[in-house]
Amino acid sequence: MQATTEQLLWMYEKMIEIREYEETMSRVYLEAKLPPKIQKGLAFDIGAGPVPGEMHLAGGQEPVAVGVCAHLRRDDTVVGAHRSHHFAIAKNVDLAAMTAEIFGKATGLGRGKGGHMHLFDPAVKFSCSGIVGAGAPQACGAALAAKKLGSDAVAIAFFGEGAANQGAFHEALNLAALWKLPVVFVVEDNKYGISVEKSASTAIASNADRAVAYGMPGVLVEKNDALAVFEVAGEAVARARRGDGPTLIEVKTDRYFGHFQGDPETYRPKGEAKDLRQHDPIPALAGLLRSRKLLDDEAEAALRARVSTRVQAAYDFGRNSPYPDPQDALLHVFAH
Amino acid sequence: MSTATPATTRCLSMAQAISEATAQEMARDSRVFVMGEDVGKYGGIFSATTGLLDKFGPERVMDTPISETGFMGAALGAAAEGLRPISELMFVDFFGVCFDQIYNHIAKNHYMSGGHCKYPLVITTGIGGGYNDAAQHSQCLYSIFAHVPGLKVVVPSNAYDAKGLMTSAIRDDNPVVFLYHKGIMGLSWMSYFEGSTNEVPEEQYTIPFGQARIVRTGSDVTIVTLSQMVHKSVLAAEALAAEGISAEIVDLRTLVPLDRASVLASVAKTGRLLVADEDYLSFGLSGEIAALVAENLDTLRLKAPVRRLAVPDVPIPFSRPLEQFAIPQVDNIVASVRGLMAFKLD
Ligand SMILES: Cc1ncc(C[n+]2csc(CCOP(=O)(O)OP(=O)(O)O)c2C)c(N)n1
Ligand SMILES: [Mg+2]
Repeated sequence: MQATTEQLLWMYEKMIEIREYEETMSRVYLEAKLPPKIQKGLAFDIGAGPVPGEMHLAGGQEPVAVGVCAHLRRDDTVVGAHRSHHFAIAKNVDLAAMTAEIFGKATGLGRGKGGHMHLFDPAVKFSCSGIVGAGAPQACGAALAAKKLGSDAVAIAFFGEGAANQGAFHEALNLAALWKLPVVFVVEDNKYGISVEKSASTAIASNADRAVAYGMPGVLVEKNDALAVFEVAGEAVARARRGDGPTLIEVKTDRYFGHFQGDPETYRPKGEAKDLRQHDPIPALAGLLRSRKLLDDEAEAALRARVSTRVQAAYDFGRNSPYPDPQDALLHVFAH
Repeated sequence: MSTATPATTRCLSMAQAISEATAQEMARDSRVFVMGEDVGKYGGIFSATTGLLDKFGPERVMDTPISETGFMGAALGAAAEGLRPISELMFVDFFGVCFDQIYNHIAKNHYMSGGHCKYPLVITTGIGGGYNDAAQHSQCLYSIFAHVPGLKVVVPSNAYDAKGLMTSAIRDDNPVVFLYHKGIMGLSWMSYFEGSTNEVPEEQYTIPFGQARIVRTGSDVTIVTLSQMVHKSVLAAEALAAEGISAEIVDLRTLVPLDRASVLASVAKTGRLLVADEDYLSFGLSGEIAALVAENLDTLRLKAPVRRLAVPDVPIPFSRPLEQFAIPQVDNIVASVRGLMAFKLD
């Protein structure tokens, strides 16, 4: 499947947007979390600052998000996990409302109730969860609904290679194949589940090989490259839309940041993240675009300015929005 | 405590105390081993297994895949064969993916075997909020484990207790769920309440289950509490003392077995009861303690109705002001006690 010029430029712009979003978050997150602004005796305070709590960033993993989402429509469903900013951005989740949610503000997607691991934007059918493996069966449900409702919408479940050892993953694969659901399972192999390397958690090298056990195609994308993901995902999404059933894709990708911000990363060889950045997929795609004369200095500058404006506006909105009233904690337990 | 006060103590965090108890018991008993996510090189996300891999190697300190059903079931199977596994569930919130192994099997197999099979295992797990980790990473949920017959449930509030209780947990022939609050582990990356890091003897000792600790004696009101809420209660009691109100604090330490006698004795003395809990309000610990008092009103004389402070039946919200509202704080304890004191029963 050939990417159109429009798709190529869209993927490039979205990757830059995701990267800028995550780099910005890595700085904002640290505000007020370090000595001397925090309680004595601490090296870092996870609960302090404008963005408290855990923070899992997806810098380096942009190709997975854009390569898949380039094929999606607004009415296709995406279910992510704890590390989901890149998927949300690629699925066109409202960036300002998402950022406000991450700041815990009343204007956020979940009015401050969810936080960064629990983003819900029903307008573009996006959701995610902090429970590893939980998304795969939920994507099956969205796919089942599309089928029952006579739509050709598809559902994507994104999760890490660590999640592929959860029972939920295996149950979901069987369900999807058994019911021939229009769903695509996309495993991001970033080598680690927190500190545990894939080779220490998974008995086989490629999760794509597990597809065979469930009677569906399994494809391994060996390169952290937007176009490579785009091609494989294009096949899988088209197959799902046609009614031919699910596909399992695994992409070898790179995690530039710690598992969460504040992770001492002592389990990782020193300098690994820096080395990974030598194979940054963003300049790689820029090179391709330039070789095809789809991008020049001027277009690049305009694109980056556009992205920066968008990202910074979202951060300003998040930062400047009001907090919810404390008593609002009592609202929304049940629907009315 | 089963031994006399020993000579050498050091100030340890609760995390250090738990890993020390584990290490000493592993050294003493080759049947003990640890498994769970990131318990090896990382030393446990909440440092409960720090140093164990270096001391005992990967055969006895096993990083698992993210397969909680798998390794909880494996803990049961290994325990049935006479080993003594310690199985770490990183956050208690994750029991959702493996509860069948815990409540239908680990809790019940001894009973269903007519007492013939034993399952000496410990499930360690992190609980609690206060640092904005939102609805799936901030719960306490100990009441759910205590609700299911067959599980002993330990919820320490400080390093000294944690070491003695952990040693007892590993030596117990029953499954024990050991729940440590993240906010009192003494982590270098999470704000803390003073008091959970304290003097801990170097040598091994045990603290028997089912013995509450009177943290502070008082005459006007009893605050029954546990875990991090003990430390909030102490701060509240200090504020109340300045107003001339004398609060007694009872740290339950274990929910199963529950030290009913200590609760009743304290309430008999003060005539007023506040339960301060970080779990959900309804159908849980605070209701259990209230019921205990209600069942003993033939002998107890109350000066005010029982009051409960707990999470008001909402998921733990992410945003700071919402979370601070949902989880009882020192001020809420003070206000509740004032309310109890103002009450006039005819
Ligand atoms: C059921 C469950 N178990 C454990 C965790 C703790 N946890 C959060 S992320 C994570 C690692 C996930 O690894 P992977 O699926 O590879 O995703 P990555 O973080 O690499 O993106 C773990 C163990 C969890 N959130 N949910
Ligand atoms: Mg991973």
